[in-house]
Formats: sequence, C-alpha cells, structure tokens
Amino acid sequence: MTSGDRAVEDTRTAAQLVADLPASPAVWCSGLRKRYGRRTAVDGVSFTVGRGEVVGLLGPNGAGKTSVIKMLLGLVRADAGEVALLGRPGRDPLSRQRVGYLPELFRYQPWLTATEVLALHARLARVPMTEAEGRDRLAAVGLDGRAGDRVGGFSKGMQQRLGLAVALVGRPELVVLDEPTSALDPIGRADVRDLVLLLKARGVAVLLNSHLIGEVERVCDRVVILDSGRVAAAGTLAELLGRREVRLHLTGVDGRAEARLRAAGTVTGGGDRFTVALPADDDGGTVPGLVADLVALGVCVHAVEPARISLEERLLGILRGGTGAGNGGGAS
Amino acid sequence: MSVLTVAGLTLREAVRRRVVWALALLTLALLTLSGWGFSRLAGLDTEFGDLTSGQARLVASQLLNLVVFGLSLIAALGTAFLAGPTLAGEVESGMALSVLARPVRRSAVLLGKWLGLVAVGSGYVAVAGLAQFLVVRWAVGYWPPQPVAGLALLAGQTVVLLTLALLLSSVISSMASGVVAVGLFGATWVAGVVGSVGEVLGNEGVARVGTVSRMLLPTDGLWRGAMHAFQDPTPLGIDVAGSPFLSEAPLTVTYLLWAAVWVAMVWGLTALTFARRDV
Repeated sequence: MTSGDRAVEDTRTAAQLVADLPASPAVWCSGLRKRYGRRTAVDGVSFTVGRGEVVGLLGPNGAGKTSVIKMLLGLVRADAGEVALLGRPGRDPLSRQRVGYLPELFRYQPWLTATEVLALHARLARVPMTEAEGRDRLAAVGLDGRAGDRVGGFSKGMQQRLGLAVALVGRPELVVLDEPTSALDPIGRADVRDLVLLLKARGVAVLLNSHLIGEVERVCDRVVILDSGRVAAAGTLAELLGRREVRLHLTGVDGRAEARLRAAGTVTGGGDRFTVALPADDDGGTVPGLVADLVALGVCVHAVEPARISLEERLLGILRGGTGAGNGGGAS
Repeated sequence: MSVLTVAGLTLREAVRRRVVWALALLTLALLTLSGWGFSRLAGLDTEFGDLTSGQARLVASQLLNLVVFGLSLIAALGTAFLAGPTLAGEVESGMALSVLARPVRRSAVLLGKWLGLVAVGSGYVAVAGLAQFLVVRWAVGYWPPQPVAGLALLAGQTVVLLTLALLLSSVISSMASGVVAVGLFGATWVAGVVGSVGEVLGNEGVARVGTVSRMLLPTDGLWRGAMHAFQDPTPLGIDVAGSPFLSEAPLTVTYLLWAAVWVAMVWGLTALTFARRDV
C-alpha cells in the first residue's frame, strides 16, 4: 500500500468515525448567566435538548425562562456561558438556520398580509417556499381564509397562530415555543398540543415554555424547572414524579386481603378505601395481579384508580419547599 | 440577500403605512403654493418696473432655496420619524424578536433598514426637487445651474440625518430618537445662520459656532452646498454671507469626504450598539 493509499484509507476511517458519532443535541447550553443591573436573572443554567426530544421549561414568573430562551437564540447577550444549537456555536447566526421560534411577545408586521409574513421569514431563513406552501402552513394553524388579510386586523389569538406558522417556516429541526398558548382559546390550546405531538412524531426537537403544566405533562419527554434563575430540578417525568400509586375502593376486606395489599406496596387508608404505593420497579403487572388475588380472596372490588403525583404538585413542592431540589434527574 | 430583503421590507412599510402618500400630499401643497408665489414674482417686473433681470434671478434663487429648504425639511422630518420606529419601535413592540432569531446578522438587518430609508429619503428629494425646478422654470423661467449636484447634496443631508436617527434609535426610545434627531437638525441650521451672522460682523468666535456645528452634524454644511448649486452663479453684487438662503461658496472636497466619514462612523457605532443590545 502506497502512502497515498494509506492517506485515503485514513481519511475514510476518520470520516466513518465522525459519521458514527451520535448527533449533537438540538440545544446545548452550559453555565448561562445574565444580570440586569443588580438583579441576577439567570445564574449558571445548563441543560440539553436532544434531537427529537420535547423538553418543557417550567418555573414561576421571573424564574428566568424567557431570558434563557433569548440567550439560546442570540437575542440577549449572556454575561457568561456557552450555547450550541444543532451542533453549531450559538454566536454563529447559521446555528439558527433550522430553528423556529414563537416569542412570548409575538408581534408581526401589521402592514403585511399573513402570506407575506411567512414569505419574509422564508427569505430570512434562506429556504424556498411557494405561495401554496404558505397557505398550507396557515391552514395548519387555523388561518385558512385569512392568508391575504393584513396582520394589523388580526386578533391576538390569530397573531399567535400566525406566530406558530412562522415558527414552522423552513422545516425546522428545533422549535422553541415561549408561552405558545397565552392568547389561545381551549381549542387553540388543543391545536398547539397536537402540533407539538406532530413535531415530536416527525423527530423535531421542541423546547416548550408554558405555564399550562398539564399540557407540558402530556407532551414533554423531559422537564427543566427553573427557580430564581437556577435549575431547581431536571429530568424525565418518571424521574421527577417518582412513585406511582393505585387507589382502591374495596368491601369485604379481611386480614388475608390486607396482607395481600401490604405485599403489593405501602398501604395507607382503611375501611373501604386504600391507597397502595407501587414499587419503583413495577413493570405494570402489580395492579392486575393484586386485583385478581383480591377477587380470589372474596373481596368486592368497586373501583381501581391509578394515581400519580401530578407535575403541578411536584413543581409546587420543589418551588415552595425545595423538595427534590438539586437537579432531580441532573441537568443533563 | 438578507440586506435586500430587509431593505425591501422597509420600502414596503413606507408605502403601506402611507408615509409616501403623506409626503406626496405635503409636497403637492408646497409645490402649488410655490408655483402661485413664483408666478406673482414674475409679475413684479411689470408692476414696479425696477427689477433688473439680475435682481429677478437673485430673488428667484433665494425663493427657490427657501422652498427647497421646505422640501428638505419634509424629507428630514419624514426620514427621521421613519428611522426612529424602525429600530427602537420594533424592539419595544417585540416585532424584532422573530426577525433577529433568524439566521441573519444584526448588521445586515441594520444595513437593510438603512438602505431602505436612504432609498425613501433620496427618492423623495429627487422627485420633489425636480418637480420644484419645473414649477420655477414654468413660473419665472429660472433653472438652477447645478441641479443634480444640488439634489445629491440634499439627499446627502437626508442620509446624514436618518443615520443619526438610527443611532439614537438604537439606544433610546423611538419617539425620543425622532424628536432629538429633528431637534439637532434644527439646532445645527440655527447655528449655521448664527455663524453666517458672525462672519458678516467679523466676529470670529460667533462665526466658529457655525463651523463647529457643521463639523459635528454635517446637515447644515451639505444644505449650504446644495443652496450654492441652486442659486444663480452670476456675481450678485451684494453680500450674501448673512443670508440663510444664499451660500457664498461651494463645498470643498475635504468637507464632502468628512461628511462621508461621518456617516460611516455613525453607522458603525450604530451597528456596534445594535449588535450588543438585548432585545
């Protein structure tokens, strides 16, 4: 083998090694810090959003969520810390080429029509977009029939829907939604939830800042909780919410049945209502087995309700009492 | 690409927000009034019989400069009040967020907006100025000696003011930036007149007021160059130094270079400020 052949082979090997590397996360930030005057808004925030992952950013008002989002997108200068979007350093504008963004303060050029706003963003994102594509995108957010209307005549809800369509311009690989349902009615909120699930199904990463914790719980793979500018907890929902429980309404419970209940997990309650905390390693077979055994023991089973501490309860617990503070799942 | 997109957006904003129509209506009113006034001036020859052709040209020059000053004021006010909202207003309203989150450099957005405003201001000066010359020619048969150079200097004056308004808009609110820019424009013009009076009186200190103000903000200097290009070149036999609507001498190349450097410096400062601004 000549030295030239060896060099070609080395290059191929190196290329293969690079190709085999895992894809860089959609969002990577480390040690983000921001002060406004004397007030520290963001203090050492680090987290990642994996490719195709939906991550919820939660926290009370003033926790620094919007500041973090703006630092990720280069809209606010971080005093310290690093950002990378889709594998490119955040200071490079091209890192935002495949990023869609719906700001919390959404406002679009009132003198343009909805179609023209989309066309403007397609040009800025350097992606081709036909008028028909623009109309389809508007139809997807419920603005069909208003494509040719000036944005100045839109209600707040319609402008937020337009903002969603703008965020989807350019086939993004990462979509950042900052309070995407603040001006929407219940139908609009459901539409946003469906949209996030659709993006998730397409493998698009989503960073979602929302006060609607129930929605976050439904669509997010992971949650980062901010409090006073710091990451108070982060992890998957299972990691954050921890144990699951089952509530049972039973009659005819005798000593053997009580022993069977205790064998399934820690039991609270009494009389005809019991709550059993399920073991962490439950593979889904504990409850059916328990119910079958109780029936076999002659117990009348009136109701079986799966229960789990809600994200809202967990969030309030973390923010009020510091329960679980210190990065539940680690700010990965 | 982004620069042209933003420049086109700025032009479209000027048209759709009826800025262009407002400018057109104001200009039409000014042209109509000046046409009427100049036609009355033509009648002075026969009414008093003592206005020589040289004097008539002098009066026409002075009146033309007066009316063009009105046009330049409209252009300056229009572009200054357009430039204010274009940065500060969009940041305040949140309109800048979705645009700046795109893969564009802030300097490209700024350059696009600047080019759009330059096109609006210069286009207005060219069209309105040319229309005014035609009105004067129709009324009294006077045609300025260097119309293109004069209009270019007037456009330069507009560019200087809108560049200043953009700088102010990058640091203070939209309304404040428009007010301060127009206030400085007026103050510099007044300082220029004061300087001219100082020259007539032979008071070096007072004369320096005009010189310094023309260096700090070149609007008045460029305006004086434009006036010189519009006025009759034949020796007038009178001292024009004290007149706010006649100019003694053309602009030097050095001063024109200084005006260009001034615009470049202020634009660079704006780009730096805007790039560092949190939105």
